[in-house]
Amino acid sequence: MIANDWIQILFSLGVTVLLAPLVGRYLAWIYKGPHLSLERGFYRLVGINPDHEMTWKEYGAVLLVSNAFFFAAGFLVLWAQPVLPLNPRNLPPLSPELTFNTAASFVTNTNWQAYAGEAQLSNLSQMLAITFLMFVGANTGMASLVAIFKGFTRSGSQTIGNFWTDFVRFFIRAFLPACFLMALIHVYQGSPQTLRTQITAHTLEGPPQTLIVGPVASLESLKHLGTNGGGFYNANGAHPYENPTPLTNTLEFLEMGLFTFSLPFFFGRMIGRPRQGQVFFIAILTLYLSGFALIEYSERMPNPLLAHASVEQQVGPLSDGGNTEGKETRFGITQTSLFSNTTIAATTGAVDGAMDSMNPLSILVYLVHMFLNEEPGGKGVGFAGLLKEAILAIFLAGLMVGRSPEFLGKRIESREIKLASLSLLVTPLLVLWLTGISLLLPSGKSSMGNPGPHGFMEVLYAFSSGNANNGSAMAGLNVSTPYYAILLGVEMLLGRFLPLLPLLALAGALARKKTHPETAGTFKTDQPLFIVLLLGFMILFAALTFFPPLMLGPLLEHLSLLHGISF
Amino acid sequence: MKIVFQSFRITMLLMLICGILYPLGVTAIARILFPHQASGSLVMGASGQVIGSELIAQGFKNPRYFHPRPSAALTPDGSGPQPYDGAFSSPSNLGPDNALEIKAITDAAVDYRKENHLAVNASVPIDAVTASGSGLDPDISLSNAMIQVPRIAKARHLSLLDVQTLIDRIKKGPQFGFLGTQRVNVLKLNIALDRQNP
Repeated sequence: MIANDWIQILFSLGVTVLLAPLVGRYLAWIYKGPHLSLERGFYRLVGINPDHEMTWKEYGAVLLVSNAFFFAAGFLVLWAQPVLPLNPRNLPPLSPELTFNTAASFVTNTNWQAYAGEAQLSNLSQMLAITFLMFVGANTGMASLVAIFKGFTRSGSQTIGNFWTDFVRFFIRAFLPACFLMALIHVYQGSPQTLRTQITAHTLEGPPQTLIVGPVASLESLKHLGTNGGGFYNANGAHPYENPTPLTNTLEFLEMGLFTFSLPFFFGRMIGRPRQGQVFFIAILTLYLSGFALIEYSERMPNPLLAHASVEQQVGPLSDGGNTEGKETRFGITQTSLFSNTTIAATTGAVDGAMDSMNPLSILVYLVHMFLNEEPGGKGVGFAGLLKEAILAIFLAGLMVGRSPEFLGKRIESREIKLASLSLLVTPLLVLWLTGISLLLPSGKSSMGNPGPHGFMEVLYAFSSGNANNGSAMAGLNVSTPYYAILLGVEMLLGRFLPLLPLLALAGALARKKTHPETAGTFKTDQPLFIVLLLGFMILFAALTFFPPLMLGPLLEHLSLLHGISF
Repeated sequence: MKIVFQSFRITMLLMLICGILYPLGVTAIARILFPHQASGSLVMGASGQVIGSELIAQGFKNPRYFHPRPSAALTPDGSGPQPYDGAFSSPSNLGPDNALEIKAITDAAVDYRKENHLAVNASVPIDAVTASGSGLDPDISLSNAMIQVPRIAKARHLSLLDVQTLIDRIKKGPQFGFLGTQRVNVLKLNIALDRQNP
């Protein structure tokens, strides 16, 4: 690493730490104040009473029904692609299983691309299916988080707010304007934004070259601000049209963190305990930075298998070196590491380099991020997951000292622990079972793009990404087969809604409880000790559950790589 | 039932806002403010035809031109390799311990040395022998460019200094002095070469 790398790292960290509290404060303002007249107009237009209060069951029902409509709308647009306008290349529809996979992927904020955008989707599909679903998927996550906050802000209440106001306020006052503004900056830096599709270039030397353009920039800003991650092109953020300069690369990972890193501060303001927000932020940042450090180290590590090829792998005055396979020259190792750590930690799933060609220790970090899925986690649901872990950590601490656990003035009892555990168990169940089953089936194994532990990691990665609604892939795995397209589609839906409904129920249960004043015996959750407890619980849980597959995958590959073994 | 009708109406309205008005709004403003970038940063030839995009790599094999990084891009239907075509971007997706990857790098290094008349065990810059993330990386590292200078100078009967001056003119440092790497755009270099030495 050279001085420039450190400057880039400190700059990005500085911007995140500066912006997060401000955005958190802004979000709290959005949700504390009265309706805007623009919002009232929106509610009138669709016939909604924004002041109607919902129980957690009604909230959950509205969330599910509306998402079913979003899903169906996206599915229909993709399916009807050949008869819809803006399809001058006469692209056929995606196969039925890919249509299902794509609609499921984008409504759940996963944005896994089992298709190749520039080759298979018309501009209208990119706008009306993909862009639309990216907006509503991210916004649903945000709304559900606000509902879960109400579990802590309300006392003796049967209701947890109104889904549509929680949805619309963020959309109108933060999400849409931010996407619009950032889209223009992406165009300025070089992302296309046009309704044209195909341009044939007469190259200097050789054969004609096909260039595919379209409404790229408007998708690009949204993809990161909404921690969505689905790209316009197959290569996603590595494509020079999606990510033309180091500035766009930096803006993109800062966009991913803009709302997600602000959520702890948002929470602190909503419950009137700003310090609690800071404590959560520090916990998240600790995991996030440790992940980055390991990726940067791993991607700069020379590959022992190339020792005899006489290839310059070290950074020098005229080249960046490192593991450049699947990486773009303009970013180099540090920009790619910053981007990929953030994209996995914030469950965006966009990539600016090929995950499949990264070194095993980097993939170890990605997998752990996806297992935990809450540092900071995706739009809304990530932080909701963190609150769940906090409740379980407090419960464990309570068991250790023999005191009835209490979190932010709410007594944690059997129902809360059951709901939190239910939500927690979805990840190991889906990831480990589906990976295990796939490794036994021929249709599971035949899709692997690499041999040895790397191939195993491709499968493990796919199901981790689907469950975490992350959407990045070790793309050597061919997931356009019916087996993977359907299984991953189902997993994304389960991974999204199965943990979410118990959390809404948990919010309902907490909102009903009286808030107790703190006493001398209350465990203080806004102290450094709590950070240690929370991180300890998270790491312990991940280690106990996922150690075997991590051993078989990244650790095994790392050790064999060090010994110069290829597959 | 009320939930169903409300969800239906909201879906329609949001599709209109997010799927139509938002992208078209961005398109309209982008076309006024940044017409060049919005249409794909295209480079035009003397007679007005599109030569390419300054952001997208082109395949160059002729010794008279600078060569880009290897490309793993695919044919428009994704069925096989078609390096440097913009219709299906793709990385190689090979893992660091895949024997195919090691062979691909080793072979590319042998070819690279041959092309540039280097010694058989000369060290080559790693970006010159590894496929980029998109298959369309428009840039190469400066060390990669410098190694190609003698070959190009010889093929075009230019002095080394002439070609190096071109690199110095076109190379880019890190953006704002600290973001990203130093690099040079291959298409821009080659257009400049043709202009200087048609």
